[in-house]
Amino acid sequence: MTTAPQAELMRALAGAGYVADDTLSMALHLAISLGRPLLLEGPAGVGKTEIAKALAEVRRARLIRLQCYEGLDAAHAIYEWNYQRQLLAIRADGASEESLFSDRFLLRRPLLEAITQDDPPVLLIDEIDRADEEFEAYLLEILSDFQITIPEIGTIPARTRPLVVLTANGTRDLSDALRRRCLYTYVDYPDRDTELAILARRGPQIEARLARQIVGVVQALRREELEKKPGIAEMLDWAAALAGLGINDLTEDRAALQATLVCLLKTAADRDAAPPEVLDRIIGKVA
Amino acid sequence: MQVTRFPSRAEGLADRMTGFVAHLRMNGLPLGPQETADALAVLAEVDATDADQARRALKVLLVPDAEGWLTFDALFDAYWFNAGRTRQRTASLTASPHVRSQSARSTLWQAHLEADGGTDTDGSESTPGHGAGDAEGIEGRLIATRTDNLRKRDLRELMDEESLRAAERAARDLAQAIRDRRSRRRQQARRGAELDLRRVLRASLARGGEPLDLYRKTRPDRPMRIVALCDVSGSMTVYARVFLAFIKGLVAADTSADAYLFHTRLMRITPALRDSDTLRAAARLSLMAEGFGGGTDIGGSLAAFAEGPGARALTRRTVVIVLSDGYCTGKPERLADALTRIRRRAGRIVWLNPLLGWQGYAPVAAAMAAALPHLDAHLPANTIEALAALEPQFARL
Repeated sequence: MTTAPQAELMRALAGAGYVADDTLSMALHLAISLGRPLLLEGPAGVGKTEIAKALAEVRRARLIRLQCYEGLDAAHAIYEWNYQRQLLAIRADGASEESLFSDRFLLRRPLLEAITQDDPPVLLIDEIDRADEEFEAYLLEILSDFQITIPEIGTIPARTRPLVVLTANGTRDLSDALRRRCLYTYVDYPDRDTELAILARRGPQIEARLARQIVGVVQALRREELEKKPGIAEMLDWAAALAGLGINDLTEDRAALQATLVCLLKTAADRDAAPPEVLDRIIGKVA
Repeated sequence: MQVTRFPSRAEGLADRMTGFVAHLRMNGLPLGPQETADALAVLAEVDATDADQARRALKVLLVPDAEGWLTFDALFDAYWFNAGRTRQRTASLTASPHVRSQSARSTLWQAHLEADGGTDTDGSESTPGHGAGDAEGIEGRLIATRTDNLRKRDLRELMDEESLRAAERAARDLAQAIRDRRSRRRQQARRGAELDLRRVLRASLARGGEPLDLYRKTRPDRPMRIVALCDVSGSMTVYARVFLAFIKGLVAADTSADAYLFHTRLMRITPALRDSDTLRAAARLSLMAEGFGGGTDIGGSLAAFAEGPGARALTRRTVVIVLSDGYCTGKPERLADALTRIRRRAGRIVWLNPLLGWQGYAPVAAAMAAALPHLDAHLPANTIEALAALEPQFARL
């Protein structure tokens, strides 16, 4: 089994409501001790984003999140001047040039924000593969030097090094350069025991038998040919829905079960792919 | 617990680690000397005598992508847990698809790459379990008529270097046309929704600080992405070489393009096409083409695409290009279903059919008939000219 640092981290994460396996806690431990960014890849809904949140909680650090999207540019990711305020300042009191390009008029976007903190924050760069390749290249520079150059002011070096977590789910290939700079972990759907542990952690009010049934059904559904496989968040939603309806045994109330499936199956095609007969078969197996 | 064994020749951990990194590199992981140093640094962070810890730590550090994530454990075991260098290397070779295939290349790949296109197709490829008896029959007849009519121009005849280059060039033009269209559009978009305050302020300097000239900005038009799926089954063998050249051109011209081969299974070939080591690239392709020239399961392959890579990578700005003749052993409904699913996510589906250019061809094969309603375009691809002429077609999409 793991020794001190990773095991400790794993316990701390569990305390924050995140159940991490050995590999993931090793990755996080190394990311912290080596100060390298960590790239997490895996299907949607396996808790990649949650990792960063739990990590921030464990380290009592601020979580700064940059959500990537197609067309994300420097003005939205790094910094931007507040032009409206600058114009007003010129109008109102004829502000001088130095004062115009001062901190007062600087809009800090997540990346600049992250490197100018006094305590090292957790910087979550979510869905990096949605951003354009040019942005990826720019990010590379920041991740290696931890400094940002603003022409009007000069170079701003990092006060502290943020702990960087990047997530991707394979919308496109990431560049080798970025991959090489990062530690890498592939996060897959959890196995049965891990998922039970997650459910026990997040929904302690749910009885053990129902929890086993819930996890059994969700795991079986993931093996079906679905367009959107239910992730952990869906599983937790479903468990909460069942608990809210006061259902204690999945085999008892089929109608309610069908009704709550909206938590798990999110497209019409998936609902068709899991007709009552299929569900009966699955529930028969896990009950 | 097994403990790392050092062969007598190795000097120590550093030497052994260098060997391990080289072993991984040989198996396709993009690692350099920096990684060796990092690997040693990582071992200092963990309890290196615990093999599981060392494995996890090295995995996190050295693996760059999902593919490597799957193979790393086998490579790790092959290197650290087999006695002696020689044996361990053979073990690693069998574990690695990339290297093993070097010997397979000559038999599998080259046989088809260098197949003479002019010969009778039916006789040479009766693979067991082919099962497309009537389809093959139709094809045989068509080939016969066609060879009479347009002998010089059909792709089956054009197997020389010159025409391969032409196919690659056509593909590059095509990929570039799509990109050029994007840049032209960006220029035309003058009336954006948002004010470009940076430029407005800059221009106001010339007016004594009055922001008179208003500049607007709009989102730049995002590039179209190409995903190509190439059929390499028996009936397509004669076209495979040109089509592969075509796909190579597409992938080379556009870094976001993605390519797959399929016959009865689906394989991603983008990394192989981009591999800088041409020998290894050929070896990788050859391994992927196992079963090359056999039966086709278009529906199954496309379904696998829709579920796996397609589910993640398709966006509204993706053009899916299928290169196939539509002769299929699978159920037509499956194909229709797979295309519906791809259709829902992708921008466009274009089917390039080498048979379509032939006189008297009608898409009567069950699979093709089932596919037609789901396509945005069904275009001929039987000659280089046809491939080159695709450009305006794509411009309209």
